[in-house]
Amino acid sequence: MSTAIPSAHAHAEGGHAPFLQHHFREMSQQFDAAKIGMWLFLVTEVLLFGGLFVGYGIMHARHPEAFMAAHHHLDKTMGAVNTVVLLVSSFTMVLSVWAAQTSRKKLLVLFLLLTLACAGTFMVVKYFEYSHKFHEGLLPGKYYSHKGDTVPGQFLFFSFYFMMTGLHGIHVLLGMAAIAWLVWRALKGHFSSAYYAPVEVTGLYWHLVDLIWIYLFPLMYLIS
Amino acid sequence: MSEGVLYAGAGHAGRHADYLEEPKGLWSWLTTVDHKRIGLMYMWSVLFFFLVGGIFALLIRLELLTPKQTIMDAETYNRVFTLHGAIMTFLVIIPAIPAALGNFALPLLLGAKDVAFPRLNLTSLYVYWIGAAMAVATLALGGVDTGWTFYTPYSTTTGGGVTLMVLAAFVLGFSSIFTGVNFIATIHKLRAPGMGWFEMPLFCWGMYATALIQILATPVLGITLLLIVMERVLGVGIFDPQLGGDPVLFQHFFWFYSHPAVYIMILPAMAVISEVIPTFSKKTIFGYKAIAFSSVAIALLGFLVWAHHMFVAGISLFAGAIFSFLTFFIAIPSAIKVFNWIATMWRGSISLEAPMLFAISFLLIFTIGGLTGLFLAALSTDVHLHDTYFVVSHFHYVMAGSNLIAFLAGIHYWWPKMYGRMYNTKLAAISSAIIFIGFNMTFLPQFVLGSRGMPRRYFNYLPQFQDLHVASTVGSWVLAAGLFLTAAYLLASFRQPKGAPANPWGGRTLEWETASPPTAHNFEGQPVLQHGPYDYRPEPAPVGVKELAH
Repeated sequence: MSTAIPSAHAHAEGGHAPFLQHHFREMSQQFDAAKIGMWLFLVTEVLLFGGLFVGYGIMHARHPEAFMAAHHHLDKTMGAVNTVVLLVSSFTMVLSVWAAQTSRKKLLVLFLLLTLACAGTFMVVKYFEYSHKFHEGLLPGKYYSHKGDTVPGQFLFFSFYFMMTGLHGIHVLLGMAAIAWLVWRALKGHFSSAYYAPVEVTGLYWHLVDLIWIYLFPLMYLIS
Repeated sequence: MSEGVLYAGAGHAGRHADYLEEPKGLWSWLTTVDHKRIGLMYMWSVLFFFLVGGIFALLIRLELLTPKQTIMDAETYNRVFTLHGAIMTFLVIIPAIPAALGNFALPLLLGAKDVAFPRLNLTSLYVYWIGAAMAVATLALGGVDTGWTFYTPYSTTTGGGVTLMVLAAFVLGFSSIFTGVNFIATIHKLRAPGMGWFEMPLFCWGMYATALIQILATPVLGITLLLIVMERVLGVGIFDPQLGGDPVLFQHFFWFYSHPAVYIMILPAMAVISEVIPTFSKKTIFGYKAIAFSSVAIALLGFLVWAHHMFVAGISLFAGAIFSFLTFFIAIPSAIKVFNWIATMWRGSISLEAPMLFAISFLLIFTIGGLTGLFLAALSTDVHLHDTYFVVSHFHYVMAGSNLIAFLAGIHYWWPKMYGRMYNTKLAAISSAIIFIGFNMTFLPQFVLGSRGMPRRYFNYLPQFQDLHVASTVGSWVLAAGLFLTAAYLLASFRQPKGAPANPWGGRTLEWETASPPTAHNFEGQPVLQHGPYDYRPEPAPVGVKELAH
């Protein structure tokens, strides 16, 4: 931030919060802008996934038998475990925001690390699911090579399964990177009741990642 | 709320160097977070690609000079018009006004020091450069021959660099989204004290409506383009009928973005015109709220008309009728704007400076483009005109002509503010006339060609079409001559001393209340709004009629 106008921070520090950027008048204005920015970004995320959800819905409507047969290859237990893991991570994220708002540094670090651990667990479970599918040839599109299918066209389901859970997985990884960055900043003591916008907006993002999974789980694992 | 409290030290003693001078060096530009510098870098990048896309356009017109092969074979022709369309759409028209002029002017018009997220702003420029490099790199892979619309199933089966080009458009979408997020947050939170929503200059309303579309539509294009990549790489089956998919679904997805994207191209143009016309008419804008709300109405209605691109793609007659009706409906807010601009000029004190000449060109060209859109919105005529030169001409009037000429109006309007220098105003007036004549010479004949059945994207044609094609090609040379003249006198202005006054046009918006060019912080302290953006009433006197009479 300070590359172009190195004097701005110095001026801001005299009587202002250290994290107030030069073009904002006060912290509350900067905080509101950050929140608006994140909400707008979340809208774009919803629309990005929305395209895939619509495509899934249309293909499901056209090939209901294939989707029905294909979804039996998924492991409902692993899916359910991952759902619980992500829900818990959302809860610990809420506690992180609370800890930042109330200037509890140690608790903030603890809750962020717990969130990170849940996200890691999710990815590990996902890794086992994916390797199992790879092993059985349950792959998207032209790479589908599963033997003994009675219903044709099951590759379509796995096209969407891998595209949607894959895109979601990328979002989990990006979220983990953001949370790791928050841990680093929290350890340096940046966050307090006066400045916690990064924790708050990362939390918003994390809830959306969680919410998308809440929709993906029944769509993929629980078709009936 | 005195200045000292708002910005401790922002107005300290001694004059600041302007934003162009300090800090110095290429590195300081590449790492800047100053919205003005980012805007200028966007502007020069866009102008560079405009030159590239323009050269492709001249090659297309040259090929069409004769009914048979003229300078290139059919395969090359397909690649040239695809690159022309893709470069002009994704690298020129979409970023031209929002990312270049918007970045430069929006914070100034709002009385802010910068956009809400300056680093995100710089990121968007780098993302744009990466996307542009990817688009150009497709040439090394043998080019792309799908047309800029990437229709399936052709785009999922043809060779060449389609995957890379599609990914380039995906990457460029992020640049557009970042700009949109930035502008909405900036308009919400960084207006000067005293500036309510209806005291904002109309440029800001136009940018707000544009940003709404950028945020709501671009992600859908993003995922659609990724699906094409997936179809090409993995054969996922969604758009391939042999695998159980549906190629028309691609058209729905594509136009759900790309029709609103047409308004990403026209709303910023309208935004510029809404600033230029009152300034050079010295009169309060007529129907402020009507213009502001019609921008938002266009942005929202724009999401409900996508299927009018698909009237002959096999959608039901009922769906066609609904989309036809909605398309007619969107003409209303566009017409409201045109009437309001004309009413603003009515009995104003009009000075025909270069920006105003471009604005008047815009009014004429946009009116032609808009009215011919109604022919295409009507189902029965569209069946005949679909995929003919009538469509080509229509969208060049609205996308190319209107957007480009408003971009030029904006460049001429804010050039003294950007660089503190004036250009040769006589040459500017002449070039605005050449550009207007050249544009109409190029595209008016194409309406006639289309109505007589000349199909778009054809490499050869029947001999009876040749006269009109020759007229169009000669027109493209006139247009190019006008644009090169503009480039020449704008570049020549750098040899002038920095002598432009702070307010060369007598405008009333905030950017004219700071130096030309401004300092890095835009204003000395925090400006507080004293009067409306278009308040041309002579001081304390009430609104009178007599002083305007000749």
